[in-house]
Amino acid sequence: MKNDKFAINISHSEPGPGDAGQTGSWRVERPVLDAAKCIPAKTGKESCFLCWMYCPDGVISRTIPPGFDFQYCKGCGICAEECPADAITMVRETESGDETTGC
Amino acid sequence: MHCIETGNTAAATGVKLARTQVIAAYPITPQTPLTEKLSEFVAAGEMKAEYIPVESEHSALSVCIAASSAGARAFTATSANGLLYMHEQIHWAAGARLPIVMCVVNRGVGAPWSVWNDHQDSMSQRDTGWIHLHAASHQQIIDTVIQAFRIAETVRIPVMVCYDGYLLSHTYMPYEVPDQDKVDRFLAGSAPARLLDPSSPMNLNTVTLPNTRPDVRGDIAPAYMEIRHCLQQDLTRTTAVVEQADRDYRDLTGRGGHPLYECYRCEDAEFIAICLGSLSRQLRGVVDSLRSASVKTGVIALRLYRPFPAEQLVPELDKARGVLVFEKALSYGYEGPLFSELKAALYHGSRRPVLHNCIVGLGGRTITTADLHTALADFCVDPETVRKASPQWIGLAPLK
Ligand code: SF4
Ligand code: SF4
Repeated sequence: MKNDKFAINISHSEPGPGDAGQTGSWRVERPVLDAAKCIPAKTGKESCFLCWMYCPDGVISRTIPPGFDFQYCKGCGICAEECPADAITMVRETESGDETTGC
Repeated sequence: MHCIETGNTAAATGVKLARTQVIAAYPITPQTPLTEKLSEFVAAGEMKAEYIPVESEHSALSVCIAASSAGARAFTATSANGLLYMHEQIHWAAGARLPIVMCVVNRGVGAPWSVWNDHQDSMSQRDTGWIHLHAASHQQIIDTVIQAFRIAETVRIPVMVCYDGYLLSHTYMPYEVPDQDKVDRFLAGSAPARLLDPSSPMNLNTVTLPNTRPDVRGDIAPAYMEIRHCLQQDLTRTTAVVEQADRDYRDLTGRGGHPLYECYRCEDAEFIAICLGSLSRQLRGVVDSLRSASVKTGVIALRLYRPFPAEQLVPELDKARGVLVFEKALSYGYEGPLFSELKAALYHGSRRPVLHNCIVGLGGRTITTADLHTALADFCVDPETVRKASPQWIGLAPLK
């Protein structure tokens, strides 16, 4: 976004992790996965992954079981809302028992 | 080509000659004939442009913002309350650094409704980060519209070309239309940057955090304050670009030479009147008549209002004993905005002329040459006493 004479700064973001900043610091609640309920975890098959598809920040891995990148998970709860198996619960950060916020 | 046409047609012809690619506008008096003329050009195939009819001025500028982001040369035009309806997007276009050109056909702002000329509309957009150019004649309208695209695309800051509603927009005056090949040469190599590109997807003007952040590559991305500081710096550098555009245009057409302001009989003037737009032409007659009575006066028509060319104006003004600022706008509760700015500009100088402010022609109130003559003549006789009445309203009818 530069030319030699004029700085011409604008704000923009490109696809990729972290281009909206350390969004993990926004989180009030974090998603917690119950592998006993999660469809791919239960069946051992590549299936469902609706959480991976819907996460607006692309921080869920398409793995068995799916994992979360807490450096950027902003805690919006969309994954928990979309999971057809009720396998994701949003837990308050203060009650999650995990001291790491990723930031 | 020599022609006799309206100011609105002069503006539309400039937009056509610049090979504008996207036009989005909503009609409002006294801008309407300008957009009608452009739609005729497009319908007749004289212009290869997308003419996008929209439901409001807010949408008009939004369409231009999108088109300009995709690299298209985009134009809109409006007046008064239509301009105010765009206000949010006016800030946006500047912050997004898009080289949109917009004609503002100056008209008084409601309430109460007025369709007649004053400068309150564009003045109220002063702090949005746009470049403001004022034309004082039909010739200046067409020439300035063409130059505006080059200026905007060089610095990537949108430009408002302002001219007086009715007084210029609807009157017929002779002017020269430059040949297409000259305009093509003038604008060769100039184009809006193409920011939106499917091969490298990007989200533009994303939310900034209070502080800087690393981007996807780990580089430090500017935050709000850096982006705003950069707009300010680039705007102040724009003065030189306006001068360069004028020089190049003059080489091609022989017209110009007054990129920032135009002086009339100012060399030895003891008293200088200064204003925006067509009023300066009326004041030339007043200056001539005072000169024939041995009162050394002159008039300056300010062309570039933002960025404000304070550095260049001060040496023109500080030689004078007095400066009379005629304004068709007011910062309500204080004084004319140009008056405040000139006072501030002259503050640091060693010589400070006496400054006086006259408010004229609001809502199209007739400005008589006799009234202008009296105001300037009285000021020349006793500037110190007269200035105490600033801002002095001229042409007010007495009410019971
Ligand atoms: S949406 Fe629910 S069930 Fe489907 S993969 Fe994600 S956690 Fe598992
Ligand atoms: S959907 Fe929201 S809460 Fe779930 S992982 Fe993505 S960012 Fe975190």
